[in-house]
Amino acid sequence: MTNPRLLPLYATIAIFLVACVICYAQFPYMASTRVLGNLLTDNAYLGIVAVGMTVVILSGGIDLSVGSVIAFSGVFIAVLLRDTGLHPLVVFALLLVVTTAFGAAMGGLIHVLEMPAFIVTLAGMFLARGAAYMLTIDSVPIDDPFFTMLQKAYYLMPGKGRLTLIGVVMLLSVVAGMVIAHRTRFGSSVFALGGGVQTARLMGVKVGRTTVGIYAFSGFMAGLSGIVFAIYTGSGYPLATVGTELTAIAAVVIGGAILTGGAGYVFGTLIGVLTMGLIQTYIVFDGTLSSWWTKIVIGGLLLMFIVLQKGLLRLSTARLAGGAA
Amino acid sequence: MLTIRSLTKRFPGTLALDDVRFDLRAGEVHALLGENGAGKSTLIKCLTGAYRPDGGEIRLDGAKIAPRSTSEAQELGIGTVYQEVNLLPNLTVAQNLCFGREPRRAGMIRTRAMTRAAQDMLDPYGLDIDVTRDLGHYSVAIRQIVAIARAVALSGKVLILDEPTASLDAREVKMLFDVVRGLKARGLGIVFVSHFLDQVFDLSDRVTVLRNGRHIVTEDIAALDRLSLIEHMLGHALETEVADHATSHDAVIARPEMLTFRGMGRAGVVGPFDLDVGQGEVVGLAGLLGSGRTESAEYLFGLRSGGTAEDIKGPIPIDTPRKAIAAGFGFAPEDRKTDGIVAELSVRENIALALQARRGWARPMPRAEQQRLARMYIERLDIRTSDAEKAVGDLSGGNQQKVVLARWLAMNPRFLILDEPTRGIDVGAHAEILRLIHELVGEGMSLLVISSELDELIAVADRVIVVRDRAHVAELTGAEIRADTIVRAIARHDEIGEVA
Repeated sequence: MTNPRLLPLYATIAIFLVACVICYAQFPYMASTRVLGNLLTDNAYLGIVAVGMTVVILSGGIDLSVGSVIAFSGVFIAVLLRDTGLHPLVVFALLLVVTTAFGAAMGGLIHVLEMPAFIVTLAGMFLARGAAYMLTIDSVPIDDPFFTMLQKAYYLMPGKGRLTLIGVVMLLSVVAGMVIAHRTRFGSSVFALGGGVQTARLMGVKVGRTTVGIYAFSGFMAGLSGIVFAIYTGSGYPLATVGTELTAIAAVVIGGAILTGGAGYVFGTLIGVLTMGLIQTYIVFDGTLSSWWTKIVIGGLLLMFIVLQKGLLRLSTARLAGGAA
Repeated sequence: MLTIRSLTKRFPGTLALDDVRFDLRAGEVHALLGENGAGKSTLIKCLTGAYRPDGGEIRLDGAKIAPRSTSEAQELGIGTVYQEVNLLPNLTVAQNLCFGREPRRAGMIRTRAMTRAAQDMLDPYGLDIDVTRDLGHYSVAIRQIVAIARAVALSGKVLILDEPTASLDAREVKMLFDVVRGLKARGLGIVFVSHFLDQVFDLSDRVTVLRNGRHIVTEDIAALDRLSLIEHMLGHALETEVADHATSHDAVIARPEMLTFRGMGRAGVVGPFDLDVGQGEVVGLAGLLGSGRTESAEYLFGLRSGGTAEDIKGPIPIDTPRKAIAAGFGFAPEDRKTDGIVAELSVRENIALALQARRGWARPMPRAEQQRLARMYIERLDIRTSDAEKAVGDLSGGNQQKVVLARWLAMNPRFLILDEPTRGIDVGAHAEILRLIHELVGEGMSLLVISSELDELIAVADRVIVVRDRAHVAELTGAEIRADTIVRAIARHDEIGEVA
């Protein structure tokens, strides 16, 4: 008998495979490393930020600020590269310090004020977006030579597909997220918080430290995602990635995590991101469909997962009741 | 090994612990008894570091200790298992057992080593379960044992069991007690807090009774009988309550029929059954957990729909709770924490809740009216609260139950269903609730009381209906209402007459 907690993950993988089969049946050309390379590159920033979001959601929280933080990151990089002589790597390091501290501060507020994460990170969302506008209101192009090199860095896969640097960064982020969430004490604490704060405290979880760590991690991932997005678009624009936090949440839920926390897998989130990317690719290949169909399919998938989770919950409570009788 | 001397803890307005002493030997089970508010939980919280005592000392193995947090108490050797299981159902058994002490290499948890460690931890308890499954997959009893295993592994000297059996059935209690006896044999000192006196007599070596924050007596269990123990706890005798009512069983009183229910229930859930309730009658519903007793009540109150009800004036619709309330029904559910009270609201607001619901949102109840109601019921039901504005969640279990009762009484219902009205409340409050039931009946209210405590049913019911395997199998009246007849009916229904 399989562990019921794995079922949403299996469902996610099954849906992804079915989607692959449908795509292949209609457009055999889609089964190429080029499409795969593009899938990873186009969704790199989303995948990275979704890893951070997964950890937040596993703890029973939510982080609405990440979309704005990505936009802020792009503007921050573009403006600093334009106005100062700093090396891009130094700028990246600075940025990651800023976004991690920003996340940590939100985590601290959530813990100290005992405020819902929703409100605190909503405030963070406005703050980060506002900060991006303060730096510039225009789209700032990035033409630093080192930066351009990063943009062009790729590994040519067999079949001429390009595995880009940012695609690799995304995959590494997922691996790092998997290790942190499932194989460290910090990860166990995250799951414990998702299971119940009071119980977690009784079991010796340092609730404050963990909460700060969770949002700091999400902030770091949002910053990293911002770097990747800047490399991807080659510019910084304060109006970019509006609503990305919601797309990330959708990817996490489609990936099989439970929105109330305590159950889910980082790997599932990767599959969730790829599923959403695949739908997009399918629509591009089709050529006649409006791109809004992506949203509709994603909406349908989300609904399906919520129903699935509810069904699983019923199933397990029913079995418990049956066992007690 | 553990000695407590002249421990004192003050709260605003009360002295929760007043010069209390307690000692625990290695290899004994020491029961800690007392009414709600006697100071049991305060004493335990001082031991586990949740509270800092204001005076006195705690010594463990001769050394003075003053734990400041649960984890510090654990490190000192004092582990606690609470009534509500304090583990995480969404983690695996192994993760729960090893939480905070996972075997690691280079910062990464070694899953296989953790699984082995968890199995080793459960071995002494004779519990052979798959530790890689979620804890939530297992029954409450197994979760309790896992919680004990964790507490013992972390602490290993003193184990405090705070109402560990509240949600277990008889078989599970036996399983748990075997585990506790095993630990006793290993030399642990065990503090056992329970409301179930049978279990106290079954498991304990010594008993300490607290009352109103004071130490009353510490005695070998063999030197005490049930009655003297209850007297110590209450400070007054209880038996009059029961004796008084037992006499009224001699005659079956004919009562005017007030409500008739026909065809209640649905195949697979319970019944269908018929029920007649007379005015001022107490109908008891006896049966084991899961027999269909709660479901029966849910049909009567419209929480489930099926069947019809009528009174002398004609049919009454009860297919939703709203309609049932409009028809003058009330229902105090079994799980008052989740279904009965609104913990964050004040005593006053909780009492006014149902009445307000009947008035509709457009006609708010004047505050003065609410206050008058709250004051009246606080006095009448002897609800112990500092004032009517205190959040109900801060009251003790017995007082919460009284608030639930007060809410329904404020509606002045003609038919009130009480599902396990005395669960998890202490002996004193227990007696008060029984007394209250008598009073209500005297005023002409009809009651349906569901209880798994036979003594309680015998004390209050005019008629007992036995539920077994999702059907009403027997009805006992008058002198037939005795513990042995009810137990026989629960065990084998065909020897006794079928339900009317």
